[in-house]
Amino acid sequence: MMSKRRICAIVNGEPVEFLGGPTQTLLDVLRDELGLTGSKEGCSSGDCGACSITLDGSLVCSCLVLAPEAEGRAINTIEGVAENGQMHPVQQQFLEHAALQCGFCTPGFLVAAKALLERNLNPTETEIRYWLAGNLCRCTGYDKIVRAVQGAAAQMRAASAAQDKKEFVS
Amino acid sequence: MSTSALTKSIALKVVGQRPVRPDGADKVTGRANFGADLRLPGMLTGRVKRSPHAHAKVLKIDIRKALSLPGVKAIVTCADFPEMADVAIEGGEGAATLRDLSLNCIARHKVLYVGHAVAAVAATSADIAEQAVRLIEVEYQVLAHVIEVEAAMAPGAPLLHENLFTKGVTPKPDRPSNIAEKTVLAKGSLAQAFEDAEVIVSGRYVTAPVHQGYLEPHACVASAGSDGQHSLWVSTQGHFAVRQMCAKLLGMELTDLKVTAAEIGGGFGGKTTVYLEPLALTLSRKCGRPVRMVMTRAEVFVASGPTSGTVSEVRLGAMRDGRIVAADITLKYQAGAFPGSPVGAGAMSALACYDIANFAITGYDVVSNRPKVAAYRAPGAPMAAFAVESCLDELAQKLAMDPIDLRIRNAVKPGIKATYGATFREIAFVETLQAIKAHPHYVSALGPNQGRGLACGFWFNIGGESTAAVHVDEEGGVTVVSANPDIGGSRAALGMMAAETLGQPIERVRTTIADTTSIGYSDLTGGSRVTFATGMAVVQAAEKVVQDLVRRAALIWDCPSEQVKWQAGVLTCSDPAKVGKPLTLKEIAGKTARTGGPISAEVSLTAQGAGPGFGVHLCDIELDPETGRSTVIRYTAAQDVGRAIHPSYVEGQIQGGVAQGIGWALNEAYLYNDKGEQLNPGFLDYRMPVACDLPMIETILIESAPNSRHPYGAKGVGEVPIVPPLAAVACALSHIVGRRLTELPLSAPALLEAVNLGPSA
Repeated sequence: MMSKRRICAIVNGEPVEFLGGPTQTLLDVLRDELGLTGSKEGCSSGDCGACSITLDGSLVCSCLVLAPEAEGRAINTIEGVAENGQMHPVQQQFLEHAALQCGFCTPGFLVAAKALLERNLNPTETEIRYWLAGNLCRCTGYDKIVRAVQGAAAQMRAASAAQDKKEFVS
Repeated sequence: MSTSALTKSIALKVVGQRPVRPDGADKVTGRANFGADLRLPGMLTGRVKRSPHAHAKVLKIDIRKALSLPGVKAIVTCADFPEMADVAIEGGEGAATLRDLSLNCIARHKVLYVGHAVAAVAATSADIAEQAVRLIEVEYQVLAHVIEVEAAMAPGAPLLHENLFTKGVTPKPDRPSNIAEKTVLAKGSLAQAFEDAEVIVSGRYVTAPVHQGYLEPHACVASAGSDGQHSLWVSTQGHFAVRQMCAKLLGMELTDLKVTAAEIGGGFGGKTTVYLEPLALTLSRKCGRPVRMVMTRAEVFVASGPTSGTVSEVRLGAMRDGRIVAADITLKYQAGAFPGSPVGAGAMSALACYDIANFAITGYDVVSNRPKVAAYRAPGAPMAAFAVESCLDELAQKLAMDPIDLRIRNAVKPGIKATYGATFREIAFVETLQAIKAHPHYVSALGPNQGRGLACGFWFNIGGESTAAVHVDEEGGVTVVSANPDIGGSRAALGMMAAETLGQPIERVRTTIADTTSIGYSDLTGGSRVTFATGMAVVQAAEKVVQDLVRRAALIWDCPSEQVKWQAGVLTCSDPAKVGKPLTLKEIAGKTARTGGPISAEVSLTAQGAGPGFGVHLCDIELDPETGRSTVIRYTAAQDVGRAIHPSYVEGQIQGGVAQGIGWALNEAYLYNDKGEQLNPGFLDYRMPVACDLPMIETILIESAPNSRHPYGAKGVGEVPIVPPLAAVACALSHIVGRRLTELPLSAPALLEAVNLGPSA
């Protein structure tokens, strides 16, 4: 078995160091070495999206990333979606819309939905459905998830418009 | 005691609202702990050695090499498990004997499917455990195998169990076979009725085995103490059921095993039995360290319960006015490696929507070399409904009758005796049909290559044993304790019913799920029973608290209890001589030492009177005739729900069931090669619906027949919605291609073939 090496990365804005083996996935490291168990393993083949994270801003399945690939990269997980105890609009809207049942796929959906809204604050229903097609949910039939993402987009647009107005006035 | 909101018609303040679920924040921030999320000091990783053969004798297992690998701490084989008797086990969902359950967890002498467990290893890392699994040497004598249900029933088929003689046949057969049981449900004079019938339709319908597809693989952490006390953390629909099964299989006392339910990442019936748990406990016992076991997705497919693949034959006889006078149905269900398919429930539900005077439903429970089936949402019903509802669609066409009118003509109503024996009380099947008929969807125009299908579904729902406790803290805050894992929002429903009964805002109520040592027994989360049965226990416990509050207020006011009135969380005294300020829950909670100690009540009950549910679904599909690709473009589902406690989660149950049913109809199937190996044990090739496969799913909650046996009118809602979609989808596609589609899944190649065949004459 090849030996582990020291890996430095930025996880949810904080510098971390860990030992990662060449056959170990980033998901295993997040869960087992760093204790960030919010990212879930549903398939380990990149088909379910329950382990979705962002790597330097790109949405990826952490089960398809090897631990050494994390060296020097910025990783964001579900644990970093809420900031300073304040839930992100997409989290708030998932709760308001009852967009989760068992909750196992939810972290992956939230990370993916946040990544969508960072790129497109006004997605159509079709754009939302295709963007989230890499995330499996077996409980909800996706209806309430899509509505929650629409709700989050509206909330974020309203907040952004309010911010613009405030800046204009001041 | 009857403070039923129904009988008193009190305006409800919490029930029927849509508050944020109490466990919501943990589940959207990654803090909720599921089966694989627990870490204990010194914890080992367990892995399973599985059979590569579909059917083989196990001649020898040599663990010596594996055991000598550094880091390997324990290995178990069948030699570490007591042999079990052939007696039925209670508590799970679906029939099983202790012997079969044990043999399914760890093979003895014979393996019966690819993936059947033969040994398990605990090691200091997953890598070492996997290496050790490879080092275990198993000598097999490969036997001929059989997968498909009718092949397994045929004379001369490879025999799975030498001691399996078909039950339900007299005289007892002189030879063993793969047919575990034949059941017959019949009434009236069928032959005469078919002779009298003016129109007859018939068909043979086939469904593929499909998996529940919960996103979270089976997972547990077992820890055996040196004092013989064991603890188990597990993703399950019922930790009391797990306790019972594990204790029995391992020859332990129930008191020596504490089971804690992790958050559960979906189950749909599939997490109502045990697979890894007895292995993990035995491994831990052998090496004295905690052992975590988690299935891979491939293991979930090959070694945990899917539901049956089926063949159904249906013949219906009707009069020209649409009255169905005769029904003859044969259901053949795969059970997997051990007896216990849901064919019984399939038979009982097949005609439950209709009032038919003459019928015979014959069911066959058939073993074959596939994983043992487990319950899957309305177990057995969707396949039978696929056959019956498709036939009804054909009958409507033949009679040139509106498909809803045909169903209304034959629909069961309150007071009618169901085909399965019970007499219907509060049901709203006709209202549910009428709701779809009145919906704009029903008369909306269809475009080219688009079709519309309608189908109905029924599910019994169950009650069963439940325990719940309600505690009031010294500031008047309320905690509701139950023993049912929350698989889809039941904490919210239970908390809301407690809040309603106690006249408190939902924010003052916390709900928690206790382990097996911290509350009385409860049956598992299944059968759509929790909101109904455990909800009933919660409401009764809250009512006990109210009685207690009345007694305490009487003590404080020094008046008879009869003079104390409780309304919406406030106590008042009706005696004009006692001029007292009304008392709130909070005020009494602060004075418990002087009024009899802490305020708390626990109720254990067997809930009776679970109301059955009915669903009527309408599905529009568009088919690309060049590629065979089909797309569901509109879907409306109406359901008789009694009363929705939290409407959002009721809608969610319907939408989720519909999505699973659409997957079943269009894509999902276990595919096998000629060695009996599953070809698609992963989410890439076992194609479950994703977000872009589906439209919004519109729901209509029919609340015209609340269940009077439940304090707030609830009946089970979770299972009905998976029953109609198979036929609704197939009927829509049948109308597009102009021929009756009878075999699922209706994947693109199958549809292309149907398009190329052209419309039937």
